[in-house]
Amino acid sequence: MKFTQPVDSNLFDDAKVVGKPMQRIDGPLKVTGTAPYAYERNDAAPDALYGYPLGAAIGHGRITRMDAEAARSAPGVRAVVTTLEIDPLEKGINNVARLFGGAEVQHYHQAIAVVVADTFEQARAASALIEVDYEEGTPADLDLDAAFERMQGTGEPDTLVGDVEAAFRDAPHVIDQMYHTPAESHTMMEPHASTVDWSDGEDMTVWTSNQMINVNLKSIAATFGIDRERIRVESPYVGGGFGSKLWLRADAVLAALGSRAAGVPVKLALPRPMVMNNTTHRSATVQRIRLAARADGHLTGIWHEAAAYCLPGGRGENPTAQTPIFYAGDTRRVKNHVVDMPLPETADMRAPGEASGLMALEIAMDEMAEALDMDPVQFRIINDTQVDPANPDIPFSDRHFVECLERGAEAFGWSKRNTTPGEQRDGDWLIGHGVAGAYRGALVLPSGARAILDGGKLIIETDMTDIGTGSYTILAQTAAETMGMDVADVEMRLANSAFPASSGSGGQFGAPSSASGVYAACMALRDKIAGNLGIEDASFNGGRVTGGDTDMALSEINEEVSTEDAIQWGDFQKDYAMGTFGAHFVEVGVHAYTGETRVRRMLAVCDAGRIINPITARSQVIGGMVMGVGAALSEDMALDRGRGFFANHDMANYEVAVHADIPEQEVIFLDTLDGVATPLKAKGVGELGLCGVAAAIANGLYNATGIRVRDYPLTMDKFIDRLPAI
Amino acid sequence: MSPPIDFKLRRRTLLAGTAAAAAFASVPRGEAAAQTQSKPAGPETTTVTLNVNGEARKLTVDNRTTLLDALREHLKLTGTKKGCDHGQCGACTCTVNGERINSCLSLAVMHDGDEVQTIEGIGQPESMDPMQAAFVEHDGFQCGYCTPGQIQSARKVIEEIRAGIPSHVTGDLTAEIAITDAEIRERMSGNICRCGAYANILAAITQVAEESA
Ligand code: FES
Ligand code: FES
Repeated sequence: MKFTQPVDSNLFDDAKVVGKPMQRIDGPLKVTGTAPYAYERNDAAPDALYGYPLGAAIGHGRITRMDAEAARSAPGVRAVVTTLEIDPLEKGINNVARLFGGAEVQHYHQAIAVVVADTFEQARAASALIEVDYEEGTPADLDLDAAFERMQGTGEPDTLVGDVEAAFRDAPHVIDQMYHTPAESHTMMEPHASTVDWSDGEDMTVWTSNQMINVNLKSIAATFGIDRERIRVESPYVGGGFGSKLWLRADAVLAALGSRAAGVPVKLALPRPMVMNNTTHRSATVQRIRLAARADGHLTGIWHEAAAYCLPGGRGENPTAQTPIFYAGDTRRVKNHVVDMPLPETADMRAPGEASGLMALEIAMDEMAEALDMDPVQFRIINDTQVDPANPDIPFSDRHFVECLERGAEAFGWSKRNTTPGEQRDGDWLIGHGVAGAYRGALVLPSGARAILDGGKLIIETDMTDIGTGSYTILAQTAAETMGMDVADVEMRLANSAFPASSGSGGQFGAPSSASGVYAACMALRDKIAGNLGIEDASFNGGRVTGGDTDMALSEINEEVSTEDAIQWGDFQKDYAMGTFGAHFVEVGVHAYTGETRVRRMLAVCDAGRIINPITARSQVIGGMVMGVGAALSEDMALDRGRGFFANHDMANYEVAVHADIPEQEVIFLDTLDGVATPLKAKGVGELGLCGVAAAIANGLYNATGIRVRDYPLTMDKFIDRLPAI
Repeated sequence: MSPPIDFKLRRRTLLAGTAAAAAFASVPRGEAAAQTQSKPAGPETTTVTLNVNGEARKLTVDNRTTLLDALREHLKLTGTKKGCDHGQCGACTCTVNGERINSCLSLAVMHDGDEVQTIEGIGQPESMDPMQAAFVEHDGFQCGYCTPGQIQSARKVIEEIRAGIPSHVTGDLTAEIAITDAEIRERMSGNICRCGAYANILAAITQVAEESA
């Protein structure tokens, strides 16, 4: 199915299942521990032996010698493969650092050996017996601030509109500040893990924990130089990803090498202390933001220049992603610099770009509102735009940012807040309120599915993954709606490379893309059923197909009917800017004596088109808000600049938000429809919930204390000396 | 170029000093060779009986085997999850003799004769325990990987409050402890949920506490 024009009305407009709250169909499996994750495939590979990795112990350089003899003769060891024994493997899609092979060390904890043994304890112990000599690379300059200083003003701007210098010269109100966001780690609860059977070096089966099956399949094929037809990848349950499991990682590669070397299926999970430096993370950023405004609040100049790092050839992080398009403004200059640094790989983490960009931009907006002596909600409303500011011929497909702000302000009681910083107390706590805007692009990707009607049951097969996002449930709802069937009669089969390729899960494109793909497959199935029965204008309702003289239950169709289709996206979408919008409101308490900051209340208002399932969508949004609390208050990968690695590489030292950090949360979904975005008029929402949260907290901290902290996380050491006198 | 560094990776292993760790044949280059040749003081495996979900399970395990791995790898009870293996995340929470513990921080050999309950012993998809059902009802999870541990802790938190065991946020240590949001959040804070389902987990626990009051 090609989506060639905006939808006007279609079957989703009087939906019975789509858009209705529905509990997760995979819920009972998850709460009873019976959903098998990648390391637990006793159903499929009961005899898998244990793989254990060894990571490089230098930041970058070369391995000059490895001696694995002791490991090979250690008890229970079946095989050891060291990186010196094989040539560098081809890289998979979007891998920047090599995953294995060769003497070069590109980053700390890069995988350099795998041990296979009869037991986990034996494999782990033997891995520690491998001797490695290194030659360290030239010490690298890992100072991102210094790099920004050097690069500032250089290169072609990514966006340049109007005479921005003049705007800043002439504006009555100007702000110009530097902001810092730290490196962040996905820290999904399930470490990267794979069970691989490549025992005979022929066909390979990979039970893994991965967000994008088809990409994973192609990457494995490229890595090992084998035909895709010989590989099967399955990932039915994924213990969180947040971008960390988008691309092929070392767990699958090492398990495959171990399996081949030992001649048995092998399972391997990255030990938690290896996850941070072995896999990917979100780059730290340095951002300079300048805003110019007229006295009436209209922005006349927006200047956003930033720097992030990555290994050579990588994409780093682009915190300016939203700046060309989020707010109106007469002139604009936007530039992101990506600096090469020999550090662990930076790549996509939930809302790459906007997450760290809005952490800065939405503080800057607060600062400008204050400079204008204007309500920050009102200031944002004034600078709303319904078109791409750089290309005014391109309208937004559907944008209700103003409504998000207004609804939120009302529901939150914004007008009742104290507007003079530092003036509201509750016992020992200084109380503040903050707001921030949220924006995240609304990307869609081609996505396929197979729909099979068999004895009154509908089976949907697609390689789409459910990483906690609710795919099982929302795709079943979409299928049931399209076929006029009961959700209980739909069986979902996901995340297997034997099924049609989908969008996969990432970039909040998963739900809208894969639901559209399932819709396409089901519409094809409807056509086929109608064709078989010789009905024109068939309708599908209540488990029956009717049309002409025919009125029969789908369960009466004896032959299995099967179709496959995919959604393809027409060029007309390029005539629109597509995005999702939101507003976050928070109440924070800052301890008057210690500077400890606690979030007391949170509200998000989201505009993301039709919400396919309000239960799972709300969970996505509150989950994003939780991640935003961590980003604001505690998450910070601590870089050892001398040695070039992140020192706090476990879950005790990299602090994500816990139960006690999370207060009452409220989510409001605007009742909006975007017929340009998808046939369901739905967009993704899983990343929007994170965007802007941290800035709302920073703005709340300012309102509570009068202290502007522009360097995340907002820990007490950064402002305790400036707290109001007690 | 800096000079090559000779990494002596095994020093830590030696210091760790578990019985089997000393059995390794090889030694770090030029380092304390004699130490590594010493044999472990006793046997490297132990036979224990764990009473898991009411069933006696006799196991011979490597002494280094954690209770978590005994459950997951030996008994194939994979409902108990491994998130960190270092006592940092709570995914491996199960109960031993009625109290919740991080099973990754405990060796199987320490539990001979102990009563262990895993998530599989609490309820099955067709016969969920009230807490499991409340988690489904309130969407108290997303990816589901922290969930068995959350449910284990959740059930015990209610019992611990009712048993009068104080927490960091308990105000009056002599009064009966009320089941408040703050008490639940505090006591659940050893169970990390990166999907961020905390608010829904709180709702599920509160509902079960009220229904069982
Ligand atoms: S696995 Fe035991 S606390 Fe994380
Ligand atoms: S449900 Fe994914 S970590 Fe809690």
